[in-house]
Amino acid sequence: MNRLALAAVLLATAAPLAAETQRVEPGDGAAQRLQEALILAAPGDVVELGAGRFVLTDGLSLDVDGVTLRGAGMDGENASVLDFTGQQGAGEGLLVTSDNVTLRDFAVENPKGDGIKSKGADNIIYSGIRVTWTGGPKATNGAYGIYPVESTGVLVTNSKVSGASDAGIYVGQSRDITVRGNLVEYNVAGIEIENSRNALVTENIATRNTGGLLVFDLPGLPVMNGGNVILRQNVVADNDTPNFAPPGNIVASVRRGTGVLVMANDGVLIEENAFENNPTAHIMVVAYTQPFTDERYNPYARNVIVGFNAFGRGGDDPQLDGKEQLLAAFGGALPPVLWDGIVEKDNGLKIAKGVTGWSLNLSKPGQSLAEAQPGPLMLTPLESWEFPEVGAPAALEARLK
Amino acid sequence: MKRPAAVLALSLVTLGGVMANARLVAPTISDAAITGSGFPAKLSDYGFFIQPDAQVPNLGVHPYALNTPLWSDGAEKLRFIYLPEGTQLVADGEGLLKFPVGAAIIKTFAFGEGEARRLIETRVLLHRADGWVALPYRWNAEQTEATLALAGGRLDLVTPAGETISYAIPNKNQCKGCHAKDGQVIPIGPKARNLSVKWMAQMLDSRVLDRLPPGGATMPVWAGYSDKGPVEPFARAYLDVNCAHCHQPGGGASNSGLDLRWEQADPHAIGILKRPVAAGRGAGGHDFSVLPGQPDKSILLFRMDSAEPGIAMPELGKASVDKQGVAVVRRWIAEME
Repeated sequence: MNRLALAAVLLATAAPLAAETQRVEPGDGAAQRLQEALILAAPGDVVELGAGRFVLTDGLSLDVDGVTLRGAGMDGENASVLDFTGQQGAGEGLLVTSDNVTLRDFAVENPKGDGIKSKGADNIIYSGIRVTWTGGPKATNGAYGIYPVESTGVLVTNSKVSGASDAGIYVGQSRDITVRGNLVEYNVAGIEIENSRNALVTENIATRNTGGLLVFDLPGLPVMNGGNVILRQNVVADNDTPNFAPPGNIVASVRRGTGVLVMANDGVLIEENAFENNPTAHIMVVAYTQPFTDERYNPYARNVIVGFNAFGRGGDDPQLDGKEQLLAAFGGALPPVLWDGIVEKDNGLKIAKGVTGWSLNLSKPGQSLAEAQPGPLMLTPLESWEFPEVGAPAALEARLK
Repeated sequence: MKRPAAVLALSLVTLGGVMANARLVAPTISDAAITGSGFPAKLSDYGFFIQPDAQVPNLGVHPYALNTPLWSDGAEKLRFIYLPEGTQLVADGEGLLKFPVGAAIIKTFAFGEGEARRLIETRVLLHRADGWVALPYRWNAEQTEATLALAGGRLDLVTPAGETISYAIPNKNQCKGCHAKDGQVIPIGPKARNLSVKWMAQMLDSRVLDRLPPGGATMPVWAGYSDKGPVEPFARAYLDVNCAHCHQPGGGASNSGLDLRWEQADPHAIGILKRPVAAGRGAGGHDFSVLPGQPDKSILLFRMDSAEPGIAMPELGKASVDKQGVAVVRRWIAEME
C-alpha cells in the first residue's frame, strides 16, 4: 500500500503513519537516487543501502527527523560502502542536521573533509559505522571520522575509525553522550570529547593513535565548560603513531605515545582502564596552554580523578625535552600519570591509592615548560569518591534493540 | 494570482525586441505552486517568467541586485522577488526585508555573454505558511525549461576567468545548508543594508516596499572597489555576504566560533588571533584565522585561496578561486595592525 492510501486508512484511527523502507542499490545513478531518498524520506522511514560500493562525487545530507539510514554491514564482502575517493565538493561525506536519526551498518571511505558530521542533531545514534582513510595516517586525510557536534543525546557504538588527521571519534559542544565499544586506530586522536558535558567513554579500544583518549575544553567557542566525563573500562594501548595532524590544530601538539590526555575541564573520572605501551604517558592532565582572552573560560583541569586502572609498560620513550635525564631520574620509565601541577585551588588532580605519577610542578596556565621542576607526584590518595552517572539517554540504547 | 491576459499583453508592448518571440498569452503566476505543500516539477509551473530563456519577468516579479553579491564561480545572477497581489515587503532596519507568506525569491545562474549566454540553474525560495522552502531547478540544453533537481547535479563549464570547472548545482538540503539559521530556512540576500537606495525608492514608489529603512544601502557597491580607496568596508562586506550565512551564531558553521557578520565588532569573533577548532588540514599549517599584517599566515585567506575539497571555503557553491575577493581580503589583512 502506498503512503497516501495508507494515510487515508489510518486517518480514521488517528494512528501514526507506518514507516516505509526505501531501498537504494549501488550502481548507475546511485548518488542521485540515494540523495533523493534522503530528501524525500518521511519521519520514521528507513533508507536502506544495498551491499556494494556507492561511488560519490558530492557530500550527502540528511535533514529529516527520525530517519534510519541502514546498510548491509560495515565490513566484509557484503558491506555497504560510501566511497568518497573522488569527492569534489562539500566539507564532509554525510551531513546530518535533523533529530532522532539512526545511522548503522555501513562504511565511509576517503572523504575529503570529515567523515560523518551531525550538527544540532539531537538523539543521534552511530552504530556499526566504519570510517576509513585507506591510505593510512596522512596529514592530507580529513579531520574527523565520526563528528557529532552541538547535540544533546549522542550514542556512538560498535564503530571503527582509522586515519583521521584529527580525531577518529570527536564529540564537540554536546551533552549526554555515550561512546562505547568502538575501535579507533591510526588516528591522531582516537576519541576526543571537547567542550562537552556528561560523557561516558567506555569499552573502547584505542590503539596505534598518537593519543588514545582526549578530553579537552577550549576557549572562544559557543559552548564551553566541558566536564562530567567518565573514561571507564577502555583498552588504551600502543598509541605510538607519530603525530600527523596538520600544524595549527590543537591536536598537533599531542605527544606521540599519550594514552589519555585531559586538558582543562571540570570533572573527569578515569577508572578501570587497561593501559599498555603508551611511550610518553599513560595519563596526562594539564591546564590549557595557550593565551586566551575569553572571560567565560576556565583553563584549569579541575576535579580530575585517576581511580584504579591497570598500568602496564609505558613512559619509556617519552616525546619530551630532557627525555634522557627524565628516564634516568625515574629509573628507566616515567610513572603512569603526568600532571603539570597547575591548580586553580584545592580542586586539582585527585588519585586513588597506589596510583603513581610525576609532576612538572608548574604554577600557572601557559607557563613555559622550561620552568618545569619535575618531581614525583605528591598527592594524598582519596579514600573514596563520588561522581555523577553520565551518558546518553536510555531511549537511545533502546532504539538499537 | 489571476491577472487578465489583456493587461499583460499591454505590458509586453513595452518590451520591444523581446516581443517578437514572446508568447501571445503570458503565463499566470501560480500562487498554489508557491504556497502548496508539494515540490513543483518544472520552473514554468510557477509562471514567474514571460519568456524564460530571456528571463523576462512576469507582472508582480521584480528584478533586484545586491551592492555586494555572493560570488559563485563568476556566474551571472539574475535575481527576482515575487509578491502576491496586495502584499508588500516590510522594511526592518538594515536587516532582511520581511516577506509575506506567498512571496518567492528567484535566482537564476548563467554563464556566457550575449548570444552565448546559457542559463544553468534557477533556485527558488518559497515562503509557505510553515516557513521557507528552497528548491533548485536545472535548465535544459534548449533553454526552454528548468526541471526540479532535488538531488542537485554537476556539469562541466568554463568560468568567465577561463577555467574549466565541474559546476555543482546544490541539492535541496545543501540549499538549506547556507539558508539555515537555527534550523529554519531563511533568505540571505535581500537585506536593506545590501540593497541600493535607488532600487528601494523604486519599490517604494510602486508600493512594493512599505518604507525606506534607515541603515539601508550601507554596504559598499563591490564593483566600485579601487586599490587606492578604503579596503575594510569591502572586505567586511565580502566576508558577510560570502561567509556569514554559515559563520554566525545559529548558522551552519556556528561551532567554529567564527562570526563574520558585517555587524560583528569583536576582533576575536571575526578571526583575528583566533585559533582553529575543527579546521583539520584546512588550517594549512597556520595558527590563526587572521594574523594581522600576515595574509599568508592567515587560515581565512588560505581557505579562500583554495579550490580543493576539504580545504576550500566556502564548502559549497565554489569550484574555483575568486581572485578579486582574495585580493581584497589579502589587502585588508596586510594593512591590519
